[in-house]
Amino acid sequence: MSFDPAIALNRFGLGARPEDKVPADARAWLRRQIDIYEPRPALIAALPGTMQIATKFAERAHAARPGGKDALKAAQAESRKEARDLYRDAVEARLLHAVTTDAPFTERLVQFWANHFAVSAEKGVVTPFAGSFEAEAIRPHVMGRFEDMLLAVEHHPAMIYFLDQTRSVGPNSMAAVRRMQRKGKSDIGLNENLAREILELHTLGVRSGYSQADVIEFARALTGWSVNTGAAADARTDIAPGAFVFRDNVHEPGPRTILNRSYQQTSEMQARAVMHDLAIAPQTATHIATKLARHFAGDEPPQGLIDRLAKTFIDSKGDLPALYRALIDAPECWVARPLKFKPPYEWTVSLLRGTGRHTFQKLQPAPLLRELGQPLWEPGSPAGYDDVAARWAAPDALLRRVEAAGRLERYFPNKLDPRELAPKLLAQTPSEGTRMAIDGADTRAAGMTLLLVSPEFLRR
Amino acid sequence: MMQKNLDRRTFLAGAAAGAALSALAPRIAFAAAAGTERRFIFIIQRGAADGLEALAPIGDPDYARLRDDLALDPATATKLDGTFALHPSLAETAKMYAGGEALFAHAVASPYRDRSHFDGQNVMESGGTAPYALRDGWMNRLAGLLPKTHTPPTAFAPTVPMALRGAHRVTSYAPSRLPGAGDDLLHRVELLYQYDPQLQAMWTAALDARGIADSNEKSDRSSATIGKLAATFLKKSDGPRLAMIETNGWDTHNQQARRSTQLLSGLDAMLAALRDNLGPAWAQTTVLIATEFGRTAASNGTAGTDHGTGSLAMLIGGAVQGGRILTDWPGLGSRALYEGRDLKPTTGLDALIAGATAECFALDPARTGAILFPGGISGRPAEGLIRT
Repeated sequence: MSFDPAIALNRFGLGARPEDKVPADARAWLRRQIDIYEPRPALIAALPGTMQIATKFAERAHAARPGGKDALKAAQAESRKEARDLYRDAVEARLLHAVTTDAPFTERLVQFWANHFAVSAEKGVVTPFAGSFEAEAIRPHVMGRFEDMLLAVEHHPAMIYFLDQTRSVGPNSMAAVRRMQRKGKSDIGLNENLAREILELHTLGVRSGYSQADVIEFARALTGWSVNTGAAADARTDIAPGAFVFRDNVHEPGPRTILNRSYQQTSEMQARAVMHDLAIAPQTATHIATKLARHFAGDEPPQGLIDRLAKTFIDSKGDLPALYRALIDAPECWVARPLKFKPPYEWTVSLLRGTGRHTFQKLQPAPLLRELGQPLWEPGSPAGYDDVAARWAAPDALLRRVEAAGRLERYFPNKLDPRELAPKLLAQTPSEGTRMAIDGADTRAAGMTLLLVSPEFLRR
Repeated sequence: MMQKNLDRRTFLAGAAAGAALSALAPRIAFAAAAGTERRFIFIIQRGAADGLEALAPIGDPDYARLRDDLALDPATATKLDGTFALHPSLAETAKMYAGGEALFAHAVASPYRDRSHFDGQNVMESGGTAPYALRDGWMNRLAGLLPKTHTPPTAFAPTVPMALRGAHRVTSYAPSRLPGAGDDLLHRVELLYQYDPQLQAMWTAALDARGIADSNEKSDRSSATIGKLAATFLKKSDGPRLAMIETNGWDTHNQQARRSTQLLSGLDAMLAALRDNLGPAWAQTTVLIATEFGRTAASNGTAGTDHGTGSLAMLIGGAVQGGRILTDWPGLGSRALYEGRDLKPTTGLDALIAGATAECFALDPARTGAILFPGGISGRPAEGLIRT
């Protein structure tokens, strides 16, 4: 019972801070964070939005156009550089918010969903929007319904670009037909990427009963979902660059049949209707329940917990706070032994929280995460980062953490006494080995380093 | 008010040493006063260095029994007198001793009598009589007694160590990640993971893959690099007169014979690099080597030693009246040991530091002792340590 506060701080939260008061009622502390959830934290709200960024890039390209090819190239290079700066700023803001927030449980949930609906910033067109995607599509819906988050995500330019949706053209759409007439052959067509990943990763889950025919039909329904680029062709619209647009001329006409259900809608409403059904499907409930259970109750989550969460999902029609409350109430999430090996991002955040950081100054967390193998918003795959120890608990990765902790030692405030902090920062009672190692360290800072790489701190 | 007083004291001390003075411009006079050419370097041995291994009392009748397998082989150690022999890894240090440039003070300790590294180092570095009783370090207060005409006291470390912290300006210099510390961390992590099968297996595999192994040569090279680096700063005419170098990893609970060889040979290489690179300034230099406390008289069950009390302090340099061992040797008999286990301290580290710094910079010893160790020192400041 006495482990509950430490579990709340470390397994549900993002790691204790030296100044944190141990919550007297661990579960009440977690529930309260749901009630006071802030969808626009100050550090995140200060970052530019997607349309603001896209408008700036479009205006830059527009201004360069009269200067010819070279001027345009220079403008594009400038925008690419700015994109990297935007990415870096967003990474630092997200990290600093995670390190300083008083609501670490709900911030963990933001991270969970951002990874579930992963975009990957190493794709150039996604780079500038990785931060704004999370701010605009994830954060506003973390305390809402799953369906709303799903729709926000699939409408967002970052996801549409990431999964190549702007290139997908219905074979019988007006644009394709006209092209056929002009060129005598069709060199444009469907791109299944977004449709497939929505089914496989975002909603139903892999091997949950849909077929390749369903993927193609869904891809047809999704044609037309696109982004206003701000280029000349889009100038006639009154929508800002970087906003979602539905392009009727590339939409595949006609009704669609997906998972034995017929969709008669025309235009954007067709894929929306598909997603409405996907969002409340039992397979989706099980998929989300499994991932949440894995995140809080261990790499091999107990089936009983998965079943209860899935039932909650179905009964509440995907009301996310109902799922979080079920997790808080689940005894499977409160067992005393550590259930998870922290991935590099979690370890880094908990380290920075544990050493009482309020600013980063010279400490550069973004390159650090890259070095540790988990650069923020860059999983490289739409599946996001794996949430199992097998992915992260590896020899060289461990050595890198130890080296990083040793290098960060100079930033540890000397007033921090690892002997006092150990019981607070660890999710369980420090083992004899850890206590001895800390007691035996030459200096307080060296003791802090050992505390931060101790078996109990690497896990939660 | 206090500060003014101090300056006047120092000033008078300079006057007593017979330096040229101008009553109208005392601060300028300071710069020319005797002592300003002097350099004082503190090499701190963090982790409780084993004085009974570095300078072993091989003539003590209880030594071989207590140390068992850890006892130095009299055939390879450098015998300094009928009782003491220097560890074979301190070969350059032995030469300095022979040349009258090394003084060893044995059975030395700060006022701290418990066995926590943090607390012990805090007492040693702050100059207080209890952990965290003082907020600044004795070297910083010493800086307040010296003219401010040179580069500020410099720590060759990533951060400013406690001994140098305080009101007077100091600086630190570490061009890159300091070597040595890394190896110590890797070793400690090995111990940290020894009861965790998953992490232990990963750790072993990682070290094997990177080919990281203890290497005396590597340790010597990195220690010599720091010694040389410090010397390039200290030999300059306007360079720092006070400096501090940190060494880590002296906490040898296991595998002591192997690790001490590495640690002592690193220290030896550092001292040699200072001597060889300071040039004429070596004659003006005093290096203090000290640790927070010693290690148990007897070896433990894991081929190492545990936290103890009395240890060894060294004064080394061209300015040192060396070639001597300064000790009121308490012996290693079971009744002579402190709390039945440790070398009993008979000389105060504070008295040694007060005496050495006062003589180094021609300051009044009693006054220096009172400033550096405001809680009082054990006995009187030691005398005759440094050439004047």
